[in-house]
Amino acid sequence: MEFKQFIFYFFSAVLVFAAAMVITIRNPVKAALFLVLAFFSAAGLWILLQAEFLAIILVLVYVGAVMVLFLFVVMMLDINLVRLREGFGEYLPIGGLVAVLLVIEMAIILSSGQFGLENMPEPPAYTADYSNTRELGRLLYTFYVYPFEIAAIILLVAIVAAITLTMRRRKDTKYQDPNKQIRVDRKDRVRMVKMRSEKKV
Amino acid sequence: MTEFLLGVWNGFPGWSQTTLLILVKILAILLPLILAVAYLTFAERKIIGYIQARIGPNRVGPRGWLQPIADAFKLMLKEIIVPTNANKFLFIMAPVLVFTPALAAWAVIPFTDTLVLANIDASLLFVLALTSMGVYGVIIAGWASNSKYAFLGAMRSAAQIVAYEIAMGFALVGVLMAAGSLNLREIVLHQEGGIHQWYLLPLFPLFLVYFIAGVAETNRAPFDVAEGESEIVAGFHVEYSGMAFAVFFLAEYANMILISALVTIMFLGGWLPPFNVAPFTWIPGLGWFLIKVSLILFCFLWFRATFPRYRYDQIMRLGWKVFIPVTLVWIGVIGGAMFLTPWGYLFH
Repeated sequence: MEFKQFIFYFFSAVLVFAAAMVITIRNPVKAALFLVLAFFSAAGLWILLQAEFLAIILVLVYVGAVMVLFLFVVMMLDINLVRLREGFGEYLPIGGLVAVLLVIEMAIILSSGQFGLENMPEPPAYTADYSNTRELGRLLYTFYVYPFEIAAIILLVAIVAAITLTMRRRKDTKYQDPNKQIRVDRKDRVRMVKMRSEKKV
Repeated sequence: MTEFLLGVWNGFPGWSQTTLLILVKILAILLPLILAVAYLTFAERKIIGYIQARIGPNRVGPRGWLQPIADAFKLMLKEIIVPTNANKFLFIMAPVLVFTPALAAWAVIPFTDTLVLANIDASLLFVLALTSMGVYGVIIAGWASNSKYAFLGAMRSAAQIVAYEIAMGFALVGVLMAAGSLNLREIVLHQEGGIHQWYLLPLFPLFLVYFIAGVAETNRAPFDVAEGESEIVAGFHVEYSGMAFAVFFLAEYANMILISALVTIMFLGGWLPPFNVAPFTWIPGLGWFLIKVSLILFCFLWFRATFPRYRYDQIMRLGWKVFIPVTLVWIGVIGGAMFLTPWGYLFH
């Protein structure tokens, strides 16, 4: 076995194992950590495909930012597993139906012949000075510029919508205006009092 | 003797020769780095000592020079205590997860024109991705310790790093726009020609943002809310002792040196001398690199001795409401200047 193949199978095995653990392990924090491992292995596979920009961005965005926020939330939740399992039998028929449908759909798509090895030509091996980033940027900002900009606008709208939906003015918030804090003067805080010394009784 | 050694060397198969060479190079980077980390702790205690009109450690060895070695031995001989109900595997893994990215990022740092372990195309992104992974060790340490204080420290650290990561990334966008490359070596080569060509001047706001975000990213004072001795004891590593604690300690200082090296490469012209005239060109490139890194490191220590700790909401405000708008505006300025005005040459 070639070294490259060994690396491929190693990362794939880790990826599949981690992905399976994400949905089977009970503890949500550990599940999130396994998802991190899955992202990391996927990035390794992309490096093997010489897609180093995508691989590093996957680590940077998903591992470095998204999953950190995810862990942040998951760790603060006090999840009671007993209560989560209460409605298991009630939801089983609907959930099972959806699962069966999904499996059938995936089987139809995957067996359609579109995903056969013969349809996937081996990617050409690029030279060492080939810049994946430059190629990707060129394509994104010329050929795909409108889809790219539209996607960006949709994301922006989603961000604004999320903020407006959750924003509420609380009366009891102890917000401090930094402007006022900086502009504070001596005479706002200190009052000089002149008085005679008091006599002891 | 040399012939015999050469014979032994040629006896290895080709692939193992490459592997061995790379291993030797890795050691040649990591051993001086560990030594630098040890003596950075010494420098910190000495410098802060003098700033506070004390002498600092002066008992172990001549003028205290063996102090870091004695500290290392002390920590190695101490027991590692695992708290009850802690997740033992994650508890032990956390320091490793902090330390590994701090060391791995050195693979792409160019010390001089030719002295770089892996001169890869997207080395800037590689460094950014690795430094963003260090937070996992902190979060896992806080969670696995099964302690309220450690958990509070982990939560603070997660929020802080997410906030400053964005500003840091935008500052780097400015650098790569000016250099037109993601390769650290080429970024330095674009600053050739003396101090007025360094990105320090045209990208000054980004330099400030990157440097301050770097201080925050390494959890150093005045952004050390994750440790916050006076508030949450020692934050995420309150339950750690012995070597496990030492690894956290080492990672923090290794990260400081890494951030200083990155500031040097991206804004201070890396290994290039400030003036291309006689007395300055006598010092070799590696010398200039180390001088600049030491200067930035001194600032790290200086900050710690000077500024009081930021309050948590002030940190969040600075990250989200000051740094991100500043970087966005300056990226716009760079882009506009490069394409619309005759001053584009300022940004190369």
